[in-house]
Order: sequence, then structure tokens, then C-alpha cells
Amino acid sequence: MMSDTETRPSGETRRRPIVAVRDVSKRFSNGTLALSRMTLDVMPGEFISLLGPSGCGKSTALRIIAGLGDASSGAIDYPGSRVDVRGKPEAEIGFVFQEPTLMPWQTVFGNVHLPLRLKRIGKSEARERIMHVLETVGLEDFARAYPRELSGGMKMRVSIARALVTRPKLLLMDEPFGALDEITRQKLNDDVLRLWHEQDLTVVFVTHSVYEAAYLSSRIVVMGARPGRVVSDLPLDAPWPRVESFRTTDAYAALCRRVSDALQLAIHAPSAAA
Amino acid sequence: MSDYPALSGVAAPAEDDAGKFAAGQAGERDAAAAQAARIERSLKLTIPVAMLALTILVWQLYVEINKVPPYILPSPVAVATALWTDWGTLYPALLVTLKITVSALVLALIGGVGLAILLVQSRWIELALYPYAVILQVTPIVAIAPLILVYASSTQVALLICAFLVAFFPILSNMVQGLKSVDHNLLNLFELYGASRFQTLWLLKLPAAQPYFMAGLKIGGGLALIAAVVAEFAAGSAGAGSGLAFRLLEAQYRLNIPRLFAALLLLSATGVAIFGLTSLISWLALRRWHESAIKREN
Repeated sequence: MMSDTETRPSGETRRRPIVAVRDVSKRFSNGTLALSRMTLDVMPGEFISLLGPSGCGKSTALRIIAGLGDASSGAIDYPGSRVDVRGKPEAEIGFVFQEPTLMPWQTVFGNVHLPLRLKRIGKSEARERIMHVLETVGLEDFARAYPRELSGGMKMRVSIARALVTRPKLLLMDEPFGALDEITRQKLNDDVLRLWHEQDLTVVFVTHSVYEAAYLSSRIVVMGARPGRVVSDLPLDAPWPRVESFRTTDAYAALCRRVSDALQLAIHAPSAAA
Repeated sequence: MSDYPALSGVAAPAEDDAGKFAAGQAGERDAAAAQAARIERSLKLTIPVAMLALTILVWQLYVEINKVPPYILPSPVAVATALWTDWGTLYPALLVTLKITVSALVLALIGGVGLAILLVQSRWIELALYPYAVILQVTPIVAIAPLILVYASSTQVALLICAFLVAFFPILSNMVQGLKSVDHNLLNLFELYGASRFQTLWLLKLPAAQPYFMAGLKIGGGLALIAAVVAEFAAGSAGAGSGLAFRLLEAQYRLNIPRLFAALLLLSATGVAIFGLTSLISWLALRRWHESAIKREN
């Protein structure tokens, strides 16, 4: 079973995708086929979760979308954005890693400053943008703190602020909250939804949690392992806004069941050799 | 405009996350903790000083009670006297040794860091050059010192080269290790933002290598002094411009053991000063962020 094509909300079909992944495969140097003929259109404004068991290539797919590492075959397009000499998109892409990935020798301010510094953006403008983005993640009072002085959730917020400081249209998140406790994770999920909504972001979010994917996404792409591939593609019609109270509704429970079923199918699907 | 209520995220850090960051509560516990810290600080100074005083006292008593002749073991008082009366001979020698040590260390820092940066640029450069660095390191300096004496224009230069060769390697190998130990995700991040090679080196690799560099600096500083002394033993310089090692040998030949001890004392003091200084530099650089320079809090 390939993608189950349900009708999209009208209008979206005619818009150009932000990223178009076409038949992309990735083979690692040790011979493993990490990703097999993945095709995916990321439309503006979507919140897509890549959901699947470990080894299904979801992180690999995200890295290829970000321009980190090349595909072994297939093509990746950024319609509406020019690409530079290396074939990487010039448009800003924000990336949040599994770990906060902060420079311990820099303050919170210095860490968020990094992308602007690399782009050689002037000091006064940079300062304004950094303070603004720190405010949006609720860390404006911690600009001068060092990462080691922060809790895990706060470090993750710094990482998100750093990804947002370049004002990207596309935000890629690679299992960002996997290492956090459930309560912090839920809070950060709400924060991400709020930022997605307020800043007109398009988000591709890698996770192995059915509940997280169901809570956050406007669309879930379920992937299977060995080789990593797309197994099903579920647009979610659950209502917005999704706030804390949504977690206890029947609609959410039904959604989780549906996503869970799709994941089970993906896990047990016979691995169709590409 | 948002459908979302101002989510807890904005206010939250002030409440639950801030506990770790903010200072502790005021009150008795604080006062007690402050007093404990004061006592610990004063003990840190008094214990080593008292121990030193005790050692000197025992030494003095041992020499006096057993009537040990000064050419076997001079008493602390005799050593202090020698230091005072022979200062005119010892001080210029100290300056010479210091000058060789410090210049060797500075050269080793420049060379070690520079070569390390070059080596990590390409695996081929590393394959080509690293073996020579290792060969220089494992060959005993005393064995090459006579050769260097032949080639160098003056004894001073020969001593400098010897001290440099010994101090250079720990700095190089630590620095190479440090430059290679950068978090791969941070490297990915730099690549993602299109950072240039220089930006990656300057903003990421060099700062990340700081703890390794500091370890190399501490080892290299100590070794530079040792090598300066060993090389002078091997070179056997004489007359004007001789360092503490020569004065030490000279005192031994003349059976002027108190002066030998005075020279030894100066060498030890120099070593301690170098260690203290390099440790201070390391602490200043790392105190805000690196685990090695931060007190554990439990």
C-alpha cells in the first residue's frame, strides 16, 4: 500500500510546495539502504510529522531536506527558492537537532547569535532579532546564562530560538523532545504549535511518538524500516487550535488510534525491495 | 490575534526552571553555607603553608640533632644563607633559564597550535607530517642535544631548540585531539548555515579545543623548564650566559652543597610558578563553561 490519497482542502493543491522530494534514495557507505525512493511534497503552512520505527530513515530524510548530505539518487527541489553553487537552498531553513547542540562556551545570547554571525548580519540588527526571538521562547531573562546553567527544556528552547532567529519559512525538527520528560515535552509541543501558528511556519517534525504526532500534525507521513520508505500519508482533519484540553477529547483518542493502526501496518508491512 | 492562549512557556521559566539558576533562598542556611565556604577557603591556604613550615622545621632539627655535615645535607638556614650571599651568581642564571623556558614555551605554543591546525585540514597532510612529530618526541632529547649543539649557532640557541622540541609535542597532540573532538551536530549546524572553513575554525573548532589546549599548555610549561635544565646539563655551557643548571653542576663540583640546594630551590620555585600561572590561565578561560573548572554541586 502506498500513499492513501485523500482529498486535500481546496486551494492547497495549486500552491507550489516549499520542498519537493522526488524518488530520493540514500545508501550509506556501509551498504545500508537508509531510504528507498521517497517522494514527498511539503506544502506551505503544513505541519508534517515523519513517524516511524527507528531505522526507517526519517532522520536521514530530514537531513537530506536540510541539505546536509546528498541523496544517492533522485532529486530534491526547493521551488520558489534559488539554490546556491552547492545546490543547497538559499532560503533560510531552521534545524533543531535531537540534542540541544549548544556551544557550551557561549552564552544563550551567543548561541542564538551564531546563525546571524555566520551570515554577517550587523550587530545592532542582530541584537534586536536575538532579543525578540528569545522573548518568543520565554528566555529573555536568560540571555547571559551559559547552557550548563539551564534545564533540559530551557536548552531545547534556546535551540529552537537559534533555529528561528534567521526567520526561516521551513523549520525541520529531528526528534527534538525525545530526551525530555513528558510534562516538559507537552509544554514544548504547545510552544511549537504556537510558534508555527504565529510565524506562518512550515514544519517537518520527526518523531517516533504516535501521541506527539497526532497532537501536533496537520499531516502524518508514516514510514517503514528496512529499507526506509514512505508507507502511508495521512492528512489529519482534527480541529484547531489544539491546546491542552485537546489531549482529553475523544477526537484525539480516535486520532491516536488511527495513527497507531497506520504505524502498526508500517511496522509489519513486508519490506518491498526497491 | 492568536487562537492560542499565552502559553505557559512564557511564564514558566520564572517558576519551575529558574530554581536551578537563581541564587538560593536567603536565611540561616545561606549564612551557614557562607561560613562553611569561608572556613574551606582559609583551610585551603593554611594547610599547605603549615605543612611546608613543618617540613622545614623537621629538616632543620634533623640536621642539627644528627650534626649532618653541610656537604651531605645543608640545613634550611644554610640554604637560605647561600641563596642570600650567592644571589649575585644565581639571579643572572635564573634569568637565563627563565628566558630559555619562556621563549621555548611561546615558540612551542605557536608551532604546536599552528601545526595542529594544518594537520586537521587534511588527512593527507596529517599522514605526511605526524610521523615526524612522533619521532622527534620519542627520541630522548639528551641523545640529540650534542647534535643540536653542533648545528646551532650558539649554546643559547641549542638550549632553546631542545626545550622547544620537548614542549612542542604535548601541545601539538592535545591540540590535534581537541580540534578533532568537535560535536558532529555542531559541525552539521555550521554546514547548514553555510559557514566558511575559517568561520568553522574560528567560531567552533578553536573554542571547542580550548580545554585540550589548556591541558597541553600545563604539560608543555612544565616540560619546557625540565628540558631547558636537561639540555644545559648535556650542553655543559660555561662562563657568561650560563643558566641555573650549570650553576648547579658547578656548585656540585666545588662541593658547595648549600648553593646547589639554593639553585635547586630556585628551579623548583620556577616550576611551581609556571604551573600556577598556566593553571590560572586555564581556569580563567574555562571557569564559565567547562566541567573541569566548575565545582560540582550536589
